Amino acid sequence: MEWMDEAILLSARPHGETAAIVTLLTAEHGCHAGMVPGGQGRRGQVSLQPGNHVQAAWRARLLDHLGTYTLEVVTAHAAPWLDHPEVLNIMAAACAVTEAALPERQPMPGVYAGLSALFSLSDADLWGPLYVKWELGLLKALGYGLDLSRCAVSGESENLSHVSPRTGRAVSIGAAQPYRNRLLTLPAFLLGSGTWTAEDVLQGLDLTGHFLARHVFAHAHSRMQPAQTDELPPARQRLADFYRRAVENGAAA
Amino acid sequence: MTISPLDHLTQLLAKLPGLGPRSARRAVLFLLKRRETLMLPLAEALRKAAHEVKDCSVCGNLDAQDPCGVCRDARRDASVICVVEDVADLWALERSHAFRGQYHVLGGTLSALEGVRPDDLRIEALLERLKDGAVKEVILALNATVEGQTTAHYVTERLTPLGVAVTKLAHGLPVGGELDYLDDGTLTAALQARRTFG
Repeated sequence: MEWMDEAILLSARPHGETAAIVTLLTAEHGCHAGMVPGGQGRRGQVSLQPGNHVQAAWRARLLDHLGTYTLEVVTAHAAPWLDHPEVLNIMAAACAVTEAALPERQPMPGVYAGLSALFSLSDADLWGPLYVKWELGLLKALGYGLDLSRCAVSGESENLSHVSPRTGRAVSIGAAQPYRNRLLTLPAFLLGSGTWTAEDVLQGLDLTGHFLARHVFAHAHSRMQPAQTDELPPARQRLADFYRRAVENGAAA
Repeated sequence: MTISPLDHLTQLLAKLPGLGPRSARRAVLFLLKRRETLMLPLAEALRKAAHEVKDCSVCGNLDAQDPCGVCRDARRDASVICVVEDVADLWALERSHAFRGQYHVLGGTLSALEGVRPDDLRIEALLERLKDGAVKEVILALNATVEGQTTAHYVTERLTPLGVAVTKLAHGLPVGGELDYLDDGTLTAALQARRTFG
């Protein structure tokens, strides 16, 4: 068996003394693991960085074998951002969420295209809101899309301000008033507003994080290993903590 | 069934990095031919190291004394601490003779895959060392990888309220490196970190 595909590297772990086992999100073959002989060497370590866009060639005797990869880096997405904590945190969270959420070897071209577009952004300010939108897309691709088009109570499509944590449907500001403490805040940038703050991004992360934890990471196919199965991956929790501290520091300033 | 001492030794040596069963057998034969000059001194050295080498309670280095030789050296600059991922990195910096301050071994980096969280690293011990205000600069000598730099940013966030200067190692061209053979990431980092020449 043999195929070639473009992919984004999600993770790499040592295997034996010199090899590495990597997980890629490929364009046409979904989330796919494989072994990279010599992956712990100097050349291997450079190419096996999470977020790298690679050209992958996979070979195995049978389709259900782990197989071996030959990887060539097309774009080292993380390299320009090593001094930028926000982007690095987003990149680490996106890779961790993707690996933990997606079933293996099931093509997810939409998720791949979204992640590829996110990692190609050259403006650091856009990473936060677009990451939240990518998580919304991930939820939709997995069958748990939120309905943010109209109010679940009144049916109106204007003045939407909250989301029901149970149904994932939007609620308008008027209808939300009696239940505000129990609803999730819907940041305006998810409804097309062109401006946002760190607080908006944090609200967006809380919104998508709630549904990822409830619908995706509570499932048995999830390959993450936290203490609680409904917890988000640690890298994703650190991203929310990063924005939380940014909001607190901004408020203090 | 009891295993022969020869096989037992071969099996143990085969677990060392870089050695397989065949090379372990060669090593055993080599040792047996030099019992007095190599094998017994090696066994004694192994026993001594296993019993006496321990983690330094200050910096996390490995040494036979606690605090370690680096921490006890009064000639070193105690106002600068270099933070490294593990002891191998500390030894690499010591080999270079380029740094004469103190060290702090974190014991790893934040890793989503390995489940390494901030509490698993020796970050609190680092903050404790900075409390008395004697340290003026912390150098983050962590790997230029996504995990290494994510950890560096996290440590920086924790250090910022203490008012200590935080610096990090430069990224870019290695000594003897040829542009044609460098990866895109290194070239990008080198261009971003360019400085006035001459």
